[in-house]
Amino acid sequence: MLEVSLSHRFGGADGFRIEAAFATPTPGVTALFGPSGCGKSTLLSAVAGLLRPDRARVALDGAVLVDTAARIALPPERRRCGVVFQDARLFPHLSVATNLRYGERRAPRDATGPAFEEVVELLGIRPLLGRRPGALSGGERQRVALGRALLSRPRLLLMDEPLAALDAPRRAEVLPFLARVRHRFRVPILLVTHALDEVDRLADHLVLMEAGRVLATGTVEALSARTDLPLLAGRRDAGVALACRVIAHDAARGLTRLGFAGGELRVPLRAEPPGEALRLRVRARDVSVAVTEPRGLSVQNILPALVESVEEAGPHEAMLRLRLGEAALLSRVTAEAASRLALRPGLAVWALVKSAAFGPEDEGE
Amino acid sequence: MWPLPEEWQAVRLSLSVALRSVAFGLPPAVLAAWLLARGRFPGRSLLDALVHLPLVMPPVVVGWLLLVTFGLRGPVGSLLNEWFGIRLVFTTAGASLATAVMSFPLIVRAVRLSLDAVDPGLEAAARTLGAGPLDRFVTVTLPLIAPGILSGAITAFAAGLGEFGAVITFASNIPGETQTLPLAIYAATQTPGGEAVAARLAAVSLALAVAGLLLADLAGRRLSLALGRAAR
Repeated sequence: MLEVSLSHRFGGADGFRIEAAFATPTPGVTALFGPSGCGKSTLLSAVAGLLRPDRARVALDGAVLVDTAARIALPPERRRCGVVFQDARLFPHLSVATNLRYGERRAPRDATGPAFEEVVELLGIRPLLGRRPGALSGGERQRVALGRALLSRPRLLLMDEPLAALDAPRRAEVLPFLARVRHRFRVPILLVTHALDEVDRLADHLVLMEAGRVLATGTVEALSARTDLPLLAGRRDAGVALACRVIAHDAARGLTRLGFAGGELRVPLRAEPPGEALRLRVRARDVSVAVTEPRGLSVQNILPALVESVEEAGPHEAMLRLRLGEAALLSRVTAEAASRLALRPGLAVWALVKSAAFGPEDEGE
Repeated sequence: MWPLPEEWQAVRLSLSVALRSVAFGLPPAVLAAWLLARGRFPGRSLLDALVHLPLVMPPVVVGWLLLVTFGLRGPVGSLLNEWFGIRLVFTTAGASLATAVMSFPLIVRAVRLSLDAVDPGLEAAARTLGAGPLDRFVTVTLPLIAPGILSGAITAFAAGLGEFGAVITFASNIPGETQTLPLAIYAATQTPGGEAVAARLAAVSLALAVAGLLLADLAGRRLSLALGRAAR
Protein backbone atom coordinates (compact mmCIF):
# COMPACT_ATOMS: atom_id res chain seq x y z
CA MET A 1 0.00 0.00 0.00
CA LEU A 2 1.32 3.42 -0.94
CA GLU A 3 -0.15 6.17 1.21
CA VAL A 4 0.43 9.77 0.23
CA SER A 5 -0.92 12.91 1.80
CA LEU A 6 0.47 16.31 1.01
CA SER A 7 -0.30 19.88 1.85
CA HIS A 8 1.86 22.52 0.26
CA ARG A 9 1.56 26.12 -0.76
CA PHE A 10 3.75 27.87 -3.31
CA GLY A 11 4.46 31.56 -2.89
CA GLY A 12 2.33 33.76 -0.64
CA ALA A 13 -1.11 33.31 0.88
CA ASP A 14 -2.76 33.44 -2.55
CA GLY A 15 -0.19 31.11 -4.17
CA PHE A 16 -0.94 27.74 -5.73
CA ARG A 17 -2.04 25.28 -3.11
CA ILE A 18 -1.93 21.51 -3.08
CA GLU A 19 -4.10 19.59 -0.68
CA ALA A 20 -4.04 16.00 -1.82
CA ALA A 21 -4.24 12.55 -0.31
CA PHE A 22 -4.64 9.07 -1.70
CA ALA A 23 -3.80 5.48 -0.94
CA THR A 24 -3.22 2.88 -3.61
CA PRO A 25 -2.42 -0.84 -3.53
CA THR A 26 1.10 -2.17 -4.22
CA PRO A 27 2.53 -3.60 -6.32
CA GLY A 28 0.81 -2.14 -9.32
CA VAL A 29 0.89 0.97 -11.44
CA THR A 30 -0.89 4.06 -10.19
CA ALA A 31 -1.34 6.93 -12.61
CA LEU A 32 -1.62 10.49 -11.38
CA PHE A 33 -3.76 11.93 -14.10
CA GLY A 34 -4.88 15.48 -14.69
CA PRO A 35 -4.35 18.62 -16.74
CA SER A 36 -1.01 20.47 -16.72
CA GLY A 37 -0.50 22.48 -13.58
CA CYS A 38 -2.82 20.39 -11.42
CA GLY A 39 0.00 19.56 -9.02
CA LYS A 40 0.65 15.97 -10.03
CA SER A 41 4.36 16.50 -10.68
CA THR A 42 4.69 18.35 -7.37
CA LEU A 43 3.15 15.35 -5.66
CA LEU A 44 5.72 13.12 -7.31
CA SER A 45 8.59 15.41 -6.21
CA ALA A 46 7.31 15.26 -2.64
CA VAL A 47 7.30 11.47 -2.76
CA ALA A 48 10.84 11.44 -4.17
CA GLY A 49 11.92 13.93 -1.51
CA LEU A 50 13.04 16.58 -3.99
CA LEU A 51 10.43 18.99 -2.64
CA ARG A 52 10.29 19.97 1.00
CA PRO A 53 6.55 20.13 1.64
CA ASP A 54 4.77 22.17 4.31
CA ARG A 55 3.03 19.03 5.57
CA ALA A 56 3.26 15.52 4.21
CA ARG A 57 3.09 11.87 5.04
CA VAL A 58 4.28 9.24 2.61
CA ALA A 59 4.45 5.59 3.55
CA LEU A 60 5.23 2.66 1.32
CA ASP A 61 4.14 -0.76 2.60
CA GLY A 62 4.37 0.56 6.14
CA ALA A 63 7.83 2.16 5.75
CA VAL A 64 7.60 5.88 6.39
CA LEU A 65 9.49 8.02 3.87
CA VAL A 66 8.33 11.32 5.23
CA ASP A 67 6.04 12.31 8.07
CA THR A 68 6.31 15.98 8.93
CA ALA A 69 4.08 15.53 11.98
CA ALA A 70 6.56 13.00 13.42
CA ARG A 71 9.54 15.04 12.16
CA ILE A 72 10.68 12.24 9.89
CA ALA A 73 11.98 13.08 6.45
CA LEU A 74 14.36 10.71 4.73
CA PRO A 75 16.64 12.54 2.29
CA PRO A 76 16.03 11.56 -1.36
CA GLU A 77 19.29 9.58 -1.47
CA ARG A 78 17.93 7.24 1.22
CA ARG A 79 14.36 6.90 -0.02
CA ARG A 80 15.21 4.45 -2.78
CA CYS A 81 12.66 5.91 -5.14
CA GLY A 82 13.90 5.52 -8.71
CA VAL A 83 12.80 8.52 -10.73
CA VAL A 84 12.40 8.71 -14.50
CA PHE A 85 12.30 12.40 -15.32
CA GLN A 86 10.60 13.91 -18.33
CA ASP A 87 13.96 15.21 -19.56
CA ALA A 88 15.87 11.95 -18.81
CA ARG A 89 18.65 13.77 -16.91
CA LEU A 90 21.40 11.39 -17.94
CA PHE A 91 24.86 12.44 -16.80
CA PRO A 92 26.40 13.93 -19.96
CA HIS A 93 30.00 13.20 -18.95
CA LEU A 94 29.42 9.48 -18.38
CA SER A 95 28.86 6.70 -20.89
CA VAL A 96 25.48 4.99 -21.10
CA ALA A 97 26.89 1.96 -19.26
CA THR A 98 28.27 4.12 -16.43
CA ASN A 99 24.99 6.00 -16.24
CA LEU A 100 23.17 2.70 -15.89
CA ARG A 101 25.52 1.55 -13.14
CA TYR A 102 25.36 4.83 -11.20
CA GLY A 103 22.37 3.87 -9.10
CA GLU A 104 23.23 0.16 -9.02
CA ARG A 105 26.58 0.90 -7.34
CA ARG A 106 24.92 2.99 -4.66
CA ALA A 107 22.08 0.60 -3.86
CA PRO A 108 22.20 -1.18 -0.48
CA ARG A 109 23.97 -4.54 -0.71
CA ASP A 110 20.97 -6.52 0.46
CA ALA A 111 18.62 -4.86 -2.03
CA THR A 112 17.35 -7.15 -4.72
CA GLY A 113 16.39 -6.18 -8.21
CA PRO A 114 16.86 -6.99 -11.86
CA ALA A 115 20.34 -7.75 -13.11
CA PHE A 116 22.23 -5.41 -15.42
CA GLU A 117 22.09 -7.84 -18.35
CA GLU A 118 18.38 -8.41 -17.92
CA VAL A 119 17.58 -4.69 -17.95
CA VAL A 120 19.86 -4.00 -20.91
CA GLU A 121 18.20 -6.84 -22.83
CA LEU A 122 14.66 -5.83 -21.91
CA LEU A 123 15.16 -2.21 -22.93
CA GLY A 124 17.13 -3.05 -26.07
CA ILE A 125 19.96 -0.69 -25.19
CA ARG A 126 22.96 -2.99 -25.66
CA PRO A 127 24.19 -1.17 -28.79
CA LEU A 128 24.15 2.11 -26.85
CA LEU A 129 26.27 1.08 -23.87
CA GLY A 130 29.52 2.68 -25.06
CA ARG A 131 27.96 5.93 -26.21
CA ARG A 132 27.57 9.26 -24.46
CA PRO A 133 24.04 10.55 -23.75
CA GLY A 134 24.67 13.44 -26.17
CA ALA A 135 24.74 10.94 -29.03
CA LEU A 136 21.35 9.39 -28.22
CA SER A 137 17.90 10.14 -29.60
CA GLY A 138 15.17 11.30 -27.24
CA GLY A 139 13.59 7.87 -27.13
CA GLU A 140 16.90 6.14 -26.47
CA ARG A 141 17.63 8.57 -23.66
CA GLN A 142 14.32 7.78 -21.99
CA ARG A 143 14.99 4.05 -22.25
CA VAL A 144 18.42 4.48 -20.64
CA ALA A 145 16.91 6.69 -17.92
CA LEU A 146 14.35 3.98 -17.26
CA GLY A 147 17.11 1.37 -17.02
CA ARG A 148 19.17 3.55 -14.71
CA ALA A 149 16.21 4.00 -12.36
CA LEU A 150 15.40 0.27 -12.43
CA LEU A 151 18.98 -0.71 -11.66
CA SER A 152 19.11 1.49 -8.57
CA ARG A 153 16.99 -1.26 -6.94
CA PRO A 154 14.11 1.05 -6.12
CA ARG A 155 11.33 0.23 -3.70
CA LEU A 156 9.14 2.52 -5.76
CA LEU A 157 9.52 3.69 -9.33
CA LEU A 158 8.40 7.25 -10.02
CA MET A 159 7.81 8.39 -13.57
CA ASP A 160 7.25 12.07 -14.23
CA GLU A 161 5.60 12.32 -17.65
CA PRO A 162 8.30 10.10 -19.12
CA LEU A 163 6.97 10.41 -22.66
CA ALA A 164 5.76 14.01 -22.70
CA ALA A 165 8.96 15.44 -24.18
CA LEU A 166 8.93 12.99 -27.12
CA ASP A 167 7.30 13.38 -30.50
CA ALA A 168 4.67 10.85 -31.58
CA PRO A 169 7.01 8.30 -33.25
CA ARG A 170 9.46 8.36 -30.30
CA ARG A 171 6.55 7.99 -27.89
CA ALA A 172 5.32 4.97 -29.77
CA GLU A 173 8.85 3.58 -29.57
CA VAL A 174 9.21 3.95 -25.80
CA LEU A 175 5.68 3.13 -24.60
CA PRO A 176 6.00 -0.63 -25.26
CA PHE A 177 9.20 -0.67 -23.16
CA LEU A 178 7.35 0.92 -20.26
CA ALA A 179 4.67 -1.72 -20.66
CA ARG A 180 7.32 -4.47 -20.63
CA VAL A 181 8.92 -3.12 -17.45
CA ARG A 182 5.49 -2.93 -15.87
CA HIS A 183 4.80 -6.56 -16.66
CA ARG A 184 8.24 -7.99 -15.89
CA PHE A 185 9.11 -6.39 -12.57
CA ARG A 186 7.01 -6.26 -9.46
CA VAL A 187 8.19 -2.83 -8.35
CA PRO A 188 5.29 -0.47 -7.60
CA ILE A 189 5.09 2.41 -10.05
CA LEU A 190 3.69 5.90 -9.64
CA LEU A 191 3.22 7.45 -13.07
CA VAL A 192 2.43 11.10 -13.74
CA THR A 193 0.75 11.63 -17.08
CA HIS A 194 -1.83 13.61 -18.95
CA ALA A 195 -2.14 11.12 -21.81
CA LEU A 196 -5.04 8.70 -21.64
CA ASP A 197 -3.37 6.07 -23.81
CA GLU A 198 -0.51 5.81 -21.29
CA VAL A 199 -3.09 5.24 -18.57
CA ASP A 200 -4.76 2.52 -20.65
CA ARG A 201 -1.52 0.77 -21.46
CA LEU A 202 0.17 1.00 -18.10
CA ALA A 203 -2.00 1.86 -15.13
CA ASP A 204 -4.03 -0.29 -12.78
CA HIS A 205 -5.18 2.55 -10.60
CA LEU A 206 -5.99 6.11 -11.33
CA VAL A 207 -5.72 9.17 -9.12
CA LEU A 208 -7.60 11.94 -10.82
CA MET A 209 -6.31 15.41 -9.96
CA GLU A 210 -7.41 18.94 -10.68
CA ALA A 211 -6.23 22.28 -9.26
CA GLY A 212 -4.17 20.71 -6.50
CA ARG A 213 -6.89 18.36 -5.31
CA VAL A 214 -7.69 14.71 -5.76
CA LEU A 215 -11.06 14.37 -7.47
CA ALA A 216 -11.34 10.59 -7.42
CA THR A 217 -9.31 7.44 -7.02
CA GLY A 218 -10.08 3.94 -8.18
CA THR A 219 -9.27 1.37 -10.80
CA VAL A 220 -8.97 2.65 -14.35
CA GLU A 221 -12.01 0.55 -15.33
CA ALA A 222 -14.19 1.89 -12.51
CA LEU A 223 -13.32 5.55 -13.01
CA SER A 224 -13.71 5.35 -16.78
CA ALA A 225 -17.35 4.25 -16.40
CA ARG A 226 -18.29 7.26 -14.29
CA THR A 227 -20.13 10.14 -15.90
CA ASP A 228 -19.67 12.59 -13.03
CA LEU A 229 -15.98 13.25 -13.75
CA PRO A 230 -15.84 15.83 -16.56
CA LEU A 231 -12.06 15.47 -16.62
CA LEU A 232 -12.59 11.97 -18.02
CA ALA A 233 -16.14 11.87 -19.36
CA GLY A 234 -15.88 15.31 -20.96
CA ARG A 235 -12.99 14.35 -23.23
CA ARG A 236 -13.49 13.67 -26.90
CA ASP A 237 -11.82 10.29 -26.39
CA ALA A 238 -13.79 9.48 -23.24
CA GLY A 239 -14.95 5.92 -22.91
CA VAL A 240 -15.06 2.89 -20.71
CA ALA A 241 -11.91 0.88 -20.25
CA LEU A 242 -12.91 -2.77 -20.38
CA ALA A 243 -10.87 -5.59 -18.91
CA CYS A 244 -10.94 -8.18 -21.72
CA ARG A 245 -9.47 -11.57 -22.48
CA VAL A 246 -8.61 -12.86 -25.92
CA ILE A 247 -10.97 -15.75 -26.76
CA ALA A 248 -9.89 -16.60 -30.30
CA HIS A 249 -8.47 -15.17 -33.50
CA ASP A 250 -10.14 -15.42 -36.87
CA ALA A 251 -7.22 -14.63 -39.10
CA ALA A 252 -9.19 -15.26 -42.30
CA ARG A 253 -11.67 -12.52 -41.48
CA GLY A 254 -9.11 -10.38 -39.68
CA LEU A 255 -11.00 -10.43 -36.42
CA THR A 256 -10.27 -11.24 -32.80
CA ARG A 257 -12.98 -12.19 -30.33
CA LEU A 258 -12.59 -10.63 -26.93
CA GLY A 259 -14.56 -11.67 -23.87
CA PHE A 260 -15.50 -9.16 -21.20
CA ALA A 261 -17.86 -9.11 -18.23
CA GLY A 262 -20.77 -7.93 -20.39
CA GLY A 263 -20.37 -10.31 -23.32
CA GLU A 264 -18.12 -10.48 -26.37
CA LEU A 265 -16.59 -7.94 -28.70
CA ARG A 266 -15.15 -8.47 -32.17
CA VAL A 267 -12.22 -6.23 -32.93
CA PRO A 268 -9.60 -6.09 -35.69
CA LEU A 269 -6.97 -8.84 -35.31
CA ARG A 270 -4.83 -8.43 -32.18
CA ALA A 271 -1.29 -9.58 -31.59
CA GLU A 272 -1.93 -11.01 -28.10
CA PRO A 273 -2.28 -14.82 -27.91
CA PRO A 274 -5.61 -16.40 -26.88
CA GLY A 275 -6.10 -16.33 -23.12
CA GLU A 276 -4.14 -13.11 -22.65
CA ALA A 277 -5.74 -10.27 -20.73
CA LEU A 278 -5.85 -6.83 -22.25
CA ARG A 279 -7.60 -3.56 -21.75
CA LEU A 280 -9.76 -2.03 -24.42
CA ARG A 281 -11.11 1.49 -24.26
CA VAL A 282 -14.53 1.69 -25.90
CA ARG A 283 -14.96 5.35 -26.66
CA ALA A 284 -18.38 6.81 -25.96
CA ARG A 285 -18.55 8.40 -29.39
CA ASP A 286 -18.08 4.99 -31.04
CA VAL A 287 -21.08 3.49 -29.25
CA SER A 288 -24.56 4.08 -30.64
CA VAL A 289 -27.87 2.61 -29.49
CA ALA A 290 -30.96 1.17 -31.14
CA VAL A 291 -34.33 0.66 -29.45
CA THR A 292 -35.31 -2.21 -31.75
CA GLU A 293 -33.03 -5.08 -32.69
CA PRO A 294 -31.15 -3.84 -35.72
CA ARG A 295 -30.73 -6.00 -38.85
CA GLY A 296 -28.68 -5.67 -41.94
CA LEU A 297 -25.94 -3.55 -40.40
CA SER A 298 -22.21 -3.58 -41.03
CA VAL A 299 -21.63 -3.16 -37.31
CA GLN A 300 -20.02 -6.29 -35.85
CA ASN A 301 -20.92 -5.76 -32.24
CA ILE A 302 -24.60 -5.57 -31.32
CA LEU A 303 -25.03 -6.10 -27.61
CA PRO A 304 -28.25 -6.06 -25.59
CA ALA A 305 -28.05 -3.51 -22.79
CA LEU A 306 -30.08 -1.53 -20.30
CA VAL A 307 -29.99 2.26 -20.11
CA GLU A 308 -28.76 3.12 -16.65
CA SER A 309 -28.65 6.90 -16.88
CA VAL A 310 -29.04 9.70 -19.37
CA GLU A 311 -27.12 12.89 -18.71
CA GLU A 312 -26.64 16.09 -20.57
CA ALA A 313 -23.20 16.41 -22.10
CA GLY A 314 -22.86 19.82 -23.61
CA PRO A 315 -25.68 21.77 -25.25
CA HIS A 316 -26.61 19.27 -27.93
CA GLU A 317 -25.37 15.91 -26.71
CA ALA A 318 -26.27 13.35 -24.11
CA MET A 319 -24.10 10.79 -22.32
CA LEU A 320 -25.75 7.40 -21.80
CA ARG A 321 -24.56 4.86 -19.33
CA LEU A 322 -25.45 1.36 -20.47
CA ARG A 323 -25.39 -1.72 -18.32
CA LEU A 324 -24.30 -5.01 -19.90
CA GLY A 325 -24.33 -7.64 -17.19
CA GLU A 326 -21.36 -6.87 -14.94
CA ALA A 327 -19.95 -4.27 -17.26
CA ALA A 328 -20.93 -0.78 -18.29
CA LEU A 329 -20.48 1.20 -21.48
CA LEU A 330 -20.76 4.91 -22.13
CA SER A 331 -22.42 6.17 -25.25
CA ARG A 332 -22.45 9.72 -26.51
CA VAL A 333 -25.45 10.52 -28.68
CA THR A 334 -27.05 13.75 -29.84
CA ALA A 335 -29.66 15.27 -27.54
CA GLU A 336 -32.06 15.12 -30.48
CA ALA A 337 -31.64 11.33 -30.76
CA ALA A 338 -32.06 10.91 -27.03
CA SER A 339 -35.40 12.67 -27.07
CA ARG A 340 -36.57 11.11 -30.38
CA LEU A 341 -35.92 7.59 -29.06
CA ALA A 342 -37.23 8.57 -25.61
CA LEU A 343 -34.12 7.17 -23.97
CA ARG A 344 -34.61 6.88 -20.22
CA PRO A 345 -33.17 4.80 -17.37
CA GLY A 346 -34.45 1.22 -17.43
CA LEU A 347 -35.04 1.08 -21.18
CA ALA A 348 -33.77 -2.03 -22.94
CA VAL A 349 -31.64 -1.14 -25.96
CA TRP A 350 -28.98 -2.57 -28.26
CA ALA A 351 -25.54 -1.09 -28.03
CA LEU A 352 -23.76 -0.89 -31.37
CA VAL A 353 -19.97 -0.78 -31.52
CA LYS A 354 -18.13 -0.74 -34.83
CA SER A 355 -15.12 -3.07 -34.95
CA ALA A 356 -13.28 -0.56 -37.06
CA ALA A 357 -13.39 1.84 -34.11
CA PHE A 358 -10.59 -0.25 -32.60
CA GLY A 359 -8.18 0.31 -35.42
CA PRO A 360 -4.53 -0.06 -34.45
CA GLU A 361 -3.82 3.66 -34.91
CA ASP A 362 -6.16 4.37 -32.03
CA GLU A 363 -4.17 2.20 -29.69
CA GLY A 364 -1.09 4.31 -30.00
CA GLU A 365 0.98 1.40 -31.15
CA MET B 1 68.00 40.04 -27.76
CA TRP B 2 67.59 36.77 -25.85
CA PRO B 3 67.30 37.37 -22.05
CA LEU B 4 70.43 36.77 -19.97
CA PRO B 5 70.66 33.97 -17.36
CA GLU B 6 70.13 36.35 -14.42
CA GLU B 7 67.07 37.71 -16.17
CA TRP B 8 65.67 34.22 -16.63
CA GLN B 9 65.73 33.97 -12.85
CA ALA B 10 62.88 36.51 -12.65
CA VAL B 11 60.92 34.52 -15.27
CA ARG B 12 61.39 31.25 -13.35
CA LEU B 13 60.42 32.93 -10.09
CA SER B 14 57.31 34.40 -11.68
CA LEU B 15 56.27 30.99 -13.01
CA SER B 16 56.84 29.39 -9.61
CA VAL B 17 54.95 32.10 -7.72
CA ALA B 18 52.01 32.01 -10.16
CA LEU B 19 51.86 28.20 -10.06
CA ARG B 20 51.88 28.12 -6.28
CA SER B 21 49.25 30.83 -6.06
CA VAL B 22 46.92 28.80 -8.28
CA ALA B 23 47.64 25.53 -6.46
CA PHE B 24 46.77 27.01 -3.08
CA GLY B 25 44.01 29.32 -4.30
CA LEU B 26 42.08 26.76 -6.35
CA PRO B 27 40.41 24.64 -3.62
CA PRO B 28 39.10 27.59 -1.57
CA ALA B 29 38.04 29.35 -4.78
CA VAL B 30 35.99 26.31 -5.92
CA LEU B 31 34.44 26.10 -2.45
CA ALA B 32 33.60 29.82 -2.47
CA ALA B 33 32.11 29.55 -5.96
CA TRP B 34 30.01 26.58 -4.89
CA LEU B 35 28.76 28.39 -1.78
CA LEU B 36 27.89 31.45 -3.86
CA ALA B 37 26.15 29.48 -6.61
CA ARG B 38 24.27 26.90 -4.54
CA GLY B 39 24.32 28.06 -0.94
CA ARG B 40 21.42 29.75 0.83
CA PHE B 41 22.82 31.24 4.01
CA PRO B 42 22.91 34.62 5.73
CA GLY B 43 25.93 36.67 4.75
CA ARG B 44 26.02 35.28 1.23
CA SER B 45 26.17 38.74 -0.35
CA LEU B 46 28.88 39.71 2.14
CA LEU B 47 30.97 36.73 1.02
CA ASP B 48 30.28 37.68 -2.59
CA ALA B 49 31.58 41.21 -1.97
CA LEU B 50 34.58 39.97 -0.01
CA VAL B 51 35.60 37.57 -2.79
CA HIS B 52 35.43 40.30 -5.40
CA LEU B 53 37.19 42.94 -3.33
CA PRO B 54 40.67 42.34 -4.83
CA LEU B 55 39.23 43.10 -8.28
CA VAL B 56 38.21 46.61 -7.33
CA MET B 57 40.67 47.57 -4.59
CA PRO B 58 44.05 49.08 -5.45
CA PRO B 59 46.54 46.19 -5.33
CA VAL B 60 48.75 48.24 -3.04
CA VAL B 61 45.93 48.31 -0.51
CA VAL B 62 45.59 44.52 -0.71
CA GLY B 63 49.35 44.24 -0.16
CA TRP B 64 49.17 46.62 2.79
CA LEU B 65 46.26 44.67 4.34
CA LEU B 66 48.29 41.48 3.97
CA LEU B 67 51.25 43.20 5.57
CA VAL B 68 49.09 44.27 8.52
CA THR B 69 47.57 40.79 8.89
CA PHE B 70 50.48 38.49 8.02
CA GLY B 71 53.35 40.73 9.05
CA LEU B 72 55.55 39.56 11.91
CA ARG B 73 53.56 41.77 14.28
CA GLY B 74 50.22 41.07 12.59
CA PRO B 75 47.56 38.93 14.30
CA VAL B 76 47.98 35.96 11.95
CA GLY B 77 51.62 36.50 11.00
CA SER B 78 52.85 36.54 14.61
CA LEU B 79 51.06 33.27 15.37
CA LEU B 80 52.41 31.60 12.23
CA ASN B 81 55.91 32.69 13.18
CA GLU B 82 55.65 31.65 16.85
CA TRP B 83 53.97 28.28 16.30
CA PHE B 84 55.37 27.08 12.99
CA GLY B 85 58.29 29.41 12.36
CA ILE B 86 56.68 30.46 9.10
CA ARG B 87 57.53 33.92 7.86
CA LEU B 88 55.56 35.23 4.89
CA VAL B 89 56.71 38.83 4.53
CA PHE B 90 59.60 39.33 2.10
CA THR B 91 59.55 35.65 1.01
CA THR B 92 58.60 33.73 -2.11
CA ALA B 93 55.73 32.15 -0.13
CA GLY B 94 54.51 35.65 0.70
CA ALA B 95 54.65 36.66 -2.96
CA SER B 96 52.59 33.56 -3.76
CA LEU B 97 50.03 34.47 -1.09
CA ALA B 98 49.69 38.03 -2.40
CA THR B 99 49.29 36.70 -5.95
CA ALA B 100 46.74 34.09 -4.81
CA VAL B 101 44.60 36.73 -3.11
CA MET B 102 44.67 38.95 -6.19
CA SER B 103 43.74 36.16 -8.63
CA PHE B 104 41.16 34.55 -6.31
CA PRO B 105 38.16 36.40 -7.81
CA LEU B 106 39.22 35.37 -11.32
CA ILE B 107 38.95 31.67 -10.44
CA VAL B 108 35.74 32.14 -8.46
CA ARG B 109 34.08 33.91 -11.37
CA ALA B 110 35.07 31.28 -13.92
CA VAL B 111 33.99 28.39 -11.69
CA ARG B 112 30.74 30.08 -10.75
CA LEU B 113 29.84 30.70 -14.37
CA SER B 114 30.23 27.01 -15.16
CA LEU B 115 28.37 26.05 -11.97
CA ASP B 116 25.43 28.19 -13.08
CA ALA B 117 25.45 26.27 -16.35
CA VAL B 118 25.15 22.89 -14.60
CA ASP B 119 21.53 21.74 -14.50
CA PRO B 120 20.60 21.31 -10.82
CA GLY B 121 18.27 18.60 -12.11
CA LEU B 122 21.31 16.39 -12.69
CA GLU B 123 22.30 16.72 -9.04
CA ALA B 124 18.71 15.95 -8.07
CA ALA B 125 18.82 12.86 -10.29
CA ALA B 126 22.03 11.75 -8.58
CA ARG B 127 20.30 12.18 -5.21
CA THR B 128 17.42 9.92 -6.20
CA LEU B 129 20.01 7.36 -7.30
CA GLY B 130 21.44 7.27 -3.80
CA ALA B 131 24.35 9.71 -3.98
CA GLY B 132 25.07 11.77 -0.84
CA PRO B 133 26.29 15.41 -0.94
CA LEU B 134 30.04 14.78 -1.33
CA ASP B 135 29.44 11.86 -3.70
CA ARG B 136 27.22 14.05 -5.91
CA PHE B 137 29.74 16.85 -5.93
CA VAL B 138 32.65 14.63 -6.87
CA THR B 139 30.91 12.42 -9.44
CA VAL B 140 28.52 14.89 -11.08
CA THR B 141 29.19 18.54 -10.30
CA LEU B 142 32.99 18.54 -10.36
CA PRO B 143 33.41 16.81 -13.74
CA LEU B 144 30.83 19.13 -15.28
CA ILE B 145 32.54 22.29 -14.04
CA ALA B 146 36.05 21.01 -14.83
CA PRO B 147 36.32 23.19 -17.96
CA GLY B 148 35.49 26.25 -15.86
CA ILE B 149 38.00 25.28 -13.18
CA LEU B 150 40.70 24.71 -15.77
CA SER B 151 40.12 27.94 -17.67
CA GLY B 152 39.87 29.84 -14.37
CA ALA B 153 43.13 28.32 -13.19
CA ILE B 154 44.97 29.15 -16.42
CA THR B 155 43.63 32.71 -16.47
CA ALA B 156 44.66 33.15 -12.82
CA PHE B 157 48.07 31.71 -13.62
CA ALA B 158 48.57 34.10 -16.52
CA ALA B 159 47.39 37.05 -14.45
CA GLY B 160 49.52 35.90 -11.50
CA LEU B 161 52.67 36.14 -13.64
CA GLY B 162 52.13 39.88 -13.77
CA GLU B 163 50.95 40.70 -10.25
CA PHE B 164 52.82 43.83 -9.13
CA GLY B 165 51.28 46.09 -6.52
CA ALA B 166 50.32 43.54 -3.91
CA VAL B 167 53.59 41.63 -4.29
CA ILE B 168 55.90 44.63 -4.03
CA THR B 169 53.98 45.95 -1.02
CA PHE B 170 53.78 42.69 0.90
CA ALA B 171 56.87 40.78 -0.25
CA SER B 172 59.10 43.63 -1.43
CA ASN B 173 61.47 43.51 -4.43
CA ILE B 174 64.25 41.07 -3.56
CA PRO B 175 66.07 39.53 -6.56
CA GLY B 176 65.89 35.73 -6.52
CA GLU B 177 63.41 35.79 -3.65
CA THR B 178 60.43 37.97 -4.54
CA GLN B 179 61.53 39.80 -7.68
CA THR B 180 59.04 38.45 -10.23
CA LEU B 181 58.87 39.50 -13.89
CA PRO B 182 57.00 42.79 -13.49
CA LEU B 183 59.14 43.75 -10.50
CA ALA B 184 62.29 43.01 -12.48
CA ILE B 185 60.99 45.14 -15.37
CA TYR B 186 60.19 47.91 -12.94
CA ALA B 187 63.66 47.67 -11.38
CA ALA B 188 65.25 47.74 -14.85
CA THR B 189 63.39 50.89 -15.84
CA GLN B 190 64.63 52.53 -12.66
CA THR B 191 68.24 51.62 -13.52
CA PRO B 192 70.18 53.87 -15.94
CA GLY B 193 70.77 51.97 -19.21
CA GLY B 194 68.29 49.22 -18.24
CA GLU B 195 65.97 49.84 -21.22
CA ALA B 196 67.21 46.76 -23.11
CA VAL B 197 66.64 44.49 -20.10
CA ALA B 198 63.16 45.95 -19.62
CA ALA B 199 62.31 45.41 -23.29
CA ARG B 200 63.50 41.77 -23.25
CA LEU B 201 61.56 40.96 -20.10
CA ALA B 202 58.47 42.77 -21.35
CA ALA B 203 58.56 40.65 -24.51
CA VAL B 204 58.74 37.45 -22.42
CA SER B 205 55.89 38.72 -20.27
CA LEU B 206 53.74 39.44 -23.31
CA ALA B 207 54.47 36.03 -24.85
CA LEU B 208 53.55 34.24 -21.61
CA ALA B 209 50.29 36.17 -21.27
CA VAL B 210 49.20 35.43 -24.84
CA ALA B 211 50.19 31.76 -24.50
CA GLY B 212 48.22 31.52 -21.26
CA LEU B 213 45.05 32.93 -22.76
CA LEU B 214 45.25 30.70 -25.84
CA LEU B 215 45.90 27.67 -23.67
CA ALA B 216 42.93 28.50 -21.43
CA ASP B 217 40.61 28.68 -24.43
CA LEU B 218 41.96 25.51 -26.02
CA ALA B 219 41.92 23.50 -22.80
CA GLY B 220 38.38 24.61 -22.01
CA ARG B 221 37.15 23.52 -25.42
CA ARG B 222 38.97 20.19 -25.43
CA LEU B 223 37.65 19.37 -22.00
CA SER B 224 34.08 20.33 -22.91
CA LEU B 225 34.37 18.03 -25.89
CA ALA B 226 35.66 15.21 -23.73
CA LEU B 227 32.72 15.69 -21.38
CA GLY B 228 30.27 15.40 -24.25
CA ARG B 229 28.90 18.86 -23.67
CA ALA B 230 30.15 20.71 -26.69
CA ALA B 231 27.78 21.85 -29.42
CA ARG B 232 27.28 19.09 -31.91
